[in-house]
Amino acid sequence: MDCDKAILQVYSYLDGELTMWKRVAITRHLDECPPCLQGFSFEVELRRVIISKCSEDVPDALRNRIAQALGFGPDLGSSAGPFTP
Amino acid sequence: MSDQAAFAELAMPFMSALYAAAMRMTRNPTDAEDLVQETYLRAYRGFGGFKEGTNLKAWLYKILTNTYINQYRAKKRRPEQVDLDDTEDFYLFRRLGGLEAVDATRTPETEVLDAIPDAEVKEALESIPEQFRMAVILCDIEGFSYKEIADILDVPIGTVMSRIHRGRKLLQKRLWDFAGEHNLRPVESTTGS
Repeated sequence: MDCDKAILQVYSYLDGELTMWKRVAITRHLDECPPCLQGFSFEVELRRVIISKCSEDVPDALRNRIAQALGFGPDLGSSAGPFTP
Repeated sequence: MSDQAAFAELAMPFMSALYAAAMRMTRNPTDAEDLVQETYLRAYRGFGGFKEGTNLKAWLYKILTNTYINQYRAKKRRPEQVDLDDTEDFYLFRRLGGLEAVDATRTPETEVLDAIPDAEVKEALESIPEQFRMAVILCDIEGFSYKEIADILDVPIGTVMSRIHRGRKLLQKRLWDFAGEHNLRPVESTTGS
């Protein structure tokens, strides 16, 4: 496996969408090729950064509004326990 | 357990994730709140027909996505065109100096990522055309498989893959542009010594 071939499959590899044999071939290439390993690691890190920077806190008002609309008591409306003002 | 209690226990914990996805889709808090509320109302109404053992998270996202497409996107019919032919793989990593000779003085590529503020990463993601953005949100943030995304968006797996790939490249381009505008790009060692 050469670098171009490995890089072409970087996303399928990281997304866990390759067959076992293709996966093994790429893992073997990464073991032997530090620049590709760095590149793959960068993509993993980028995804981690995007996940952590794109999180949102649900407004309490929305939680309560939904619980009310569904006829839940406040104890059922929140995954984080009862809402305390 | 009553249906109501089961729904509360199983579906409510996804609210943060659904709300974050709704924010990235609608790009404003008021619409995102309405979208999440509507999603829960529809899910609750359909919960009787939901089979135990099937993927509840994927089911909720399908409702969220369909509700968004039907209610919030009705005004816009034409899919956005993007020209991406010149964007190669590892776009951002290459720009940040990766794949070049190892240089100890260079800023580590990942430091640049951490320096970009949350608001700018959100803005970068929200700036990509919707069809690509939805695929990237479902894959990168929510961790759905290509097959699950194909079911949620009701498109073939090949389309899912191409949307994810193009969406990621677009996102990397936006982040690189941002790093340039805010002087976050790594200084090349050749100009410094």
